[in-house]
Amino acid sequence: MKRIIGVILAVGILAVGLVGCGTKKGHAITIVGSTALQPLVERAASNYQLVNSNVAITVQGGGSGTGLSQVQSGAVTIGNSDVFAEDQEGIKAAKLVDHKVAVVGITPIVNKKVTVKNLTAKQLRQIFTGKITNWQQVGGKKQKITVINRSQGSGIRNTFEAIVLAGKTALRSQEQDSNGTVQKIVAATPGAISYTSFSYVNDQVKALNLNGVQPIAANVMTNAWPIWSYEHMYTKGKPDVQTKQFLNYVRSPKNQKTLITDLGYISIHDMKVTRDYHGNLRHK
Amino acid sequence: MDKIKRQLTSSSKATRQDRIGKLVAFLCTFLIGLLVVSIFYMVASRGLATFFKDHVSLWDFLSHQNWNPSQVGKDGTPEVGALPMIVGSFSVTVLSAILATPFAVSMALFMTEIAPKRGQKVLQPVIELLVGIPSVVYGFVGLTIVVPVVRALGGGTGFGILSGTLVLFVMVLPTITSMYVDSLRSVPGFYREAALALGATRWQSIYKVILRASVPGLLTAIIFGMARAFGEALAVQMVIGNASLLPHDLISPASTLTSVLTTGIGNTVMGTLPNNALWSLALILLLMSLAFNLLVRVIGSKGRLTK
Amino acid sequence: MNAKRIDKLATAVISLLVGVVVLILLSLIGYILVTGLPHISWHFLTSPSQAFLKGGGIGDQLFNSFYLLVLTLVISFPIALGAGIYLFEYAPKNWVTNTIRVAIEVLSSLPSVVVGLFGFLLFVVEFKLGFSILSGAIALTFFNLPLLTRSIENSLTAVPKLQREAGLALGFSRWQTVLGVIFPEALPGILTAVILSAGRIFGEAAALIYTAGQSAPILNFANWNPFSPTSPLNPMRPAETLAVHIWKINSEGIMPDASAVSAGASAVLIVVVLLFNFSARWLGNRIYRKITASK
Repeated sequence: MKRIIGVILAVGILAVGLVGCGTKKGHAITIVGSTALQPLVERAASNYQLVNSNVAITVQGGGSGTGLSQVQSGAVTIGNSDVFAEDQEGIKAAKLVDHKVAVVGITPIVNKKVTVKNLTAKQLRQIFTGKITNWQQVGGKKQKITVINRSQGSGIRNTFEAIVLAGKTALRSQEQDSNGTVQKIVAATPGAISYTSFSYVNDQVKALNLNGVQPIAANVMTNAWPIWSYEHMYTKGKPDVQTKQFLNYVRSPKNQKTLITDLGYISIHDMKVTRDYHGNLRHK
Repeated sequence: MDKIKRQLTSSSKATRQDRIGKLVAFLCTFLIGLLVVSIFYMVASRGLATFFKDHVSLWDFLSHQNWNPSQVGKDGTPEVGALPMIVGSFSVTVLSAILATPFAVSMALFMTEIAPKRGQKVLQPVIELLVGIPSVVYGFVGLTIVVPVVRALGGGTGFGILSGTLVLFVMVLPTITSMYVDSLRSVPGFYREAALALGATRWQSIYKVILRASVPGLLTAIIFGMARAFGEALAVQMVIGNASLLPHDLISPASTLTSVLTTGIGNTVMGTLPNNALWSLALILLLMSLAFNLLVRVIGSKGRLTK
Repeated sequence: MNAKRIDKLATAVISLLVGVVVLILLSLIGYILVTGLPHISWHFLTSPSQAFLKGGGIGDQLFNSFYLLVLTLVISFPIALGAGIYLFEYAPKNWVTNTIRVAIEVLSSLPSVVVGLFGFLLFVVEFKLGFSILSGAIALTFFNLPLLTRSIENSLTAVPKLQREAGLALGFSRWQTVLGVIFPEALPGILTAVILSAGRIFGEAAALIYTAGQSAPILNFANWNPFSPTSPLNPMRPAETLAVHIWKINSEGIMPDASAVSAGASAVLIVVVLLFNFSARWLGNRIYRKITASK
């Protein structure tokens, strides 16, 4: 009996001992934040480390708010965010440096059995503010519309509401926080409508045209498709050399051409317009 | 002489061992207590900031129905009405416990009184497996099976308190069952023997003696199950719909404290009102479970057979 | 109706309810296995996961889950055992003990996301442990402790009083009695408690997202030096577990075979829990036979 307890204690002490000695070699970059950006950065980090083995990069999710507040407090090197730091309450944007690494297009999706193929911006707004409640009112079957919104404060909802709702308040409805869950729920619920980033549109759901424009990357580049947002990587002040090198790698045309488009994002180099946090557009 | 004296007056090896053992055991317990205090402190310090720093009135927080912490309402105060979530949490928790209790009692009785050998062999793994299924999987099974069934039977979208209850029912069942099994086992054997010797049937001895002797244990078990239901986030979140609306029936979308907490916490910034408001929800969770625990103690001490 | 018939009826009702539960479980397991098993292959179990391509596996996640489980049990079992023994044998019946009991019960009802955030603020940020297996193990310890403590105490209490009296009558100290007489007798019960908690640890996701993290750096299984960042044994590396992986691919996965990977991973999880339970039960019986006089 004693022996068993002894072994347990010894292992415990060993574990604690390991912690003390768990030193990290080389330069460590910790990246936290947006779950939408995570797969991209994770992938880029592992590719980057293949050639730069002296850098240890850790990528974690946690949400845009977590990313921004952790980078602001100095707990992490880079904070990933779907929203402009200026738009996030409690963040002193002046202290953070924005590195835009990709553009993500957002599209309304509906259940496959919904016959409507196109909505005007006004119709879309009226659906999400609760003025239109039946697909019949926009030329579809007689069926109740089930609105599935995204979580309050999430980057995608901020973007969608800024561009589509034009200052109106969305109706109170179901909310889901992740693209994958939204996609599954819309696929399973008759008459459902929601919105997700382009990469989550699959054969289970149907993406809608807006004002006759198709939700494809080429239309985002010219802003013909207006619902899109930047993916940001924020550093506190100017990044150090190692961090800067990694950020440059993520933004390099080579990486943008392969990895970013593979993952369904849109390269920042392909954009023909820019947009600031007030929503002002400028043609390049 | 001295040697004998020393032997007689100093404590023996076993006594010293006992003291050390007691100390170590106490330290372990103390550590748990410390942990609870520190978690309480952290949750309370952030959760109370909503009321002291951001000056939201506690009554508004508990009684208003609009939850939109990043926006200011018509009356100039932030929209942090937690009533829909509080009602939602209470509803799913209480309903799932009510639904699960008869099943859990049956399971426990089957394992201890009716067929101890066979029941133990078959049902023990059943319970352990139910615990072992991760809540994410429960959530997705709920989404693919429970929600469509509820939609077909009850109408609406299928998301809502009923779906949440059904999913939680399966999740709290093993907790209540295994806790109650322990408490049934601790009912002394001579209670059963005395009842049977008086000519009682098995059911009479169960109903009139064993169930009554184990009431405090059952209540503790139910509270533990409710605690699990209260704290469950991922599975409920997928089937309840997450709409911060005051639930009017069982099949319209609703929300719970945990579902709002989990979805919101990543999108808010530490120290701001929307974040503090979420911590206030966490504080409510803590306080409610504390209240439940205290309640069960009162009932437990009143219901004990031997005074 | 006479007592005999009521007795039969009650037995029938109880059996019926039990049957319903067993049926629910069977259909649940059946559903998970039927949708998941076709995707399981040796390749799936051993290869690293893919972020956006087809054909990713769960090798690293599977290892991480086991490693985290072991580490959590190593930390939490001694503490829970100590606390269980204290509450069973030594704790005086006063308000302090009562407060501690309430505290333990409250701890068990904490939502795991709160535990995760607490672990994140305290261990990841404050103590600078970073996103690591160790942070994850500590966070899991938090909510494993109350359940384990409570079950250990219950198992100790369930041992007949005679045993304890016999031990004390032989002149053993209380500590010796607990450790030498009661503990072995209670061991099967304690093992069940450990298994039950292991199941929870294995399936836990919410508490780990902010502590052990949700990325799995590529591991080098030839490197067993626990200080190297690519070593699977390094407790300071971030580690995505199987349950977190399931959560992640369900919520944000964009690989084309996401639902297949999710179904397969869920099935693996269930099978592991199944295997784990049966082997632990077998082990429990063997240990019981070995350290007590019973056959």
